[in-house]
Amino acid sequence: MSSLLSSVDPLFAHGVPFAVVLIILIKVLVGFGALMGAVTLMIWFERKAISDMQSRIGPQRWGPFGMFQTLADGLKLILKEDLVPEQADRFVFKLAPYLVVVPALITFSIVPIGGTLDIAGHQVMLQIANPPMGILLMLAMSGVSVYGVMLAGWSSGSKYPLLSSVRASAQMISYEAALGMTIVTIVLATGSLSTHNIVDAQSGGIWHWNLIRLGIIPFVVFIIAITAELNRPPFDVVEGESELVGGFHTEYSSIRFGLFYLAEFMNTITMSAIIVTLFLGGPAGWVPSVAHLRWVFPIVWFLAKTVTFAFCYVWFRAALPRFRYDQLMDMGWKKLIPLSLGWVLIVAGFLIRPAWGFLMVAVVLLAWILLTRAFDLGYTRERGDESVLRTVGRRPLPGEVLRATTDEEE
Amino acid sequence: MLGVTLQYTWPSILIFATSALLILVGAIGVITLANPVHAALSLIMTLFGVAVAFVAQSADFLAAVQIIVYAGAIVVLFLFVIMFLGVDRRDSVTVDPLVGQRVFAAVGVLITVAGLITLMARSHWVTGAMSVSTHGHALTTGSQNVKQLGTAIFTTYLFAFEATAALLIIAVVGAVMLARRERVPNPEEIDV
Repeated sequence: MSSLLSSVDPLFAHGVPFAVVLIILIKVLVGFGALMGAVTLMIWFERKAISDMQSRIGPQRWGPFGMFQTLADGLKLILKEDLVPEQADRFVFKLAPYLVVVPALITFSIVPIGGTLDIAGHQVMLQIANPPMGILLMLAMSGVSVYGVMLAGWSSGSKYPLLSSVRASAQMISYEAALGMTIVTIVLATGSLSTHNIVDAQSGGIWHWNLIRLGIIPFVVFIIAITAELNRPPFDVVEGESELVGGFHTEYSSIRFGLFYLAEFMNTITMSAIIVTLFLGGPAGWVPSVAHLRWVFPIVWFLAKTVTFAFCYVWFRAALPRFRYDQLMDMGWKKLIPLSLGWVLIVAGFLIRPAWGFLMVAVVLLAWILLTRAFDLGYTRERGDESVLRTVGRRPLPGEVLRATTDEEE
Repeated sequence: MLGVTLQYTWPSILIFATSALLILVGAIGVITLANPVHAALSLIMTLFGVAVAFVAQSADFLAAVQIIVYAGAIVVLFLFVIMFLGVDRRDSVTVDPLVGQRVFAAVGVLITVAGLITLMARSHWVTGAMSVSTHGHALTTGSQNVKQLGTAIFTTYLFAFEATAALLIIAVVGAVMLARRERVPNPEEIDV
């Protein structure tokens, strides 16, 4: 048992004495505190950055540059009345916010934020946990957080939240496939699922980062898919204010709403950190030879990279208009999934030998041509010149499309 | 039989008891709860209990896949369908939709129980396999067993794996064919 544990984390090399338990507890508490602190700052940062982009001032009253605005808002939310709608399924309604928050917290535990420290003769990895399932934990947790959104919408007993939860489940499942495929590419190149090993494999300088080593494509697919998974703009059809009032959390108030809000920002930070871990070498970077402070630099690199991506999310929100729901589905199923699947084949081929790689490129190109032809055919049948149903001004309703295609074939 | 001596320590017993409780309570909930959404939630609880049991057996990969595939995709689709159909309709349990379904159910239960008992008596009682080794070597624990699992699936059990993949594709194509019935719909029937 101890050999199993120490193969995963050197902390358990001498069994599990009290000191190790204490170190783990401290790691968990520090991780939790850091994440909570980061969320408060992230909310402030997002509001401030968006205000700048929109020529507004943003929060400014509370604390320096309005930094404590989030705390004030949090306090206000806690003190507000907690409403449960008449039509709601009370148990599920109360359960749903926690199904969103807990996965958001757990996902952060696999992110390596630094190298290894020596504390009192114990080797301590600067990440809360390094389970053998590694990055799969992230996929599992994003699978669980779908339930939070879905059940919140359903249990509200109201029409708009229900529509939102149906959208959420379809959207998150669609993009999970593309997400999984890009992770497969990384796992193929690394040969391990553990986030620690994934970061280790990228430590030899910028050319070893997965961003460059695997070609830019997986990174692009991943960042699109993860934004969709987060339900952040431009993929926020789940809570589209102009269509669905507020989406799945319309009926929520007080701290239950606060938990959804918290989870969203926690996820934004965690996913920025996951992108950095998977594609930018995590804490990898230039380390000057300063005695006793060498362990600080990886953490600084990690933070710098993560903040960059957190800013990118804010930027997306300010710059990009929301996707229409059918465009979102087209992008997920017709573009991202085939692209990421093809890229897995190409990377796998090149990992064996270049000849196989080029063969796979040819195969993928052929498949791409066939797929484009199939999409064209489908488009012509549904909406093109040969279609009985000529679209004048608006997109046909599903029933009309069905009628048109069946009439045509008879 | 596994090739490793099993040690029962207090933590392992506690973990087993927790997962067993999750599995059993969830399973009972699935068949007793009247609301289909609550039943689906119970099913998720059972799946999580099984995942915990997998982790306790050092089968991390299986645990992750259990959550990703079953809890993350399949039960989501169940819920999706339940939400579309609505949960307000309560089915009567006194009228059988199929003639003689109770008799068939009893026969099915008997066959399943008999099969389980045979498996327990004749082979490894957990997996039902005659042995849980690959090429004569037992699976190692930790991060290495993902690699062993992959090698076993893509070499020894390649045919079974590909056959399963083909079966799933056939099921998907079949479902699409069944759903795309060519008929002229009655305008009143279209529920957009």
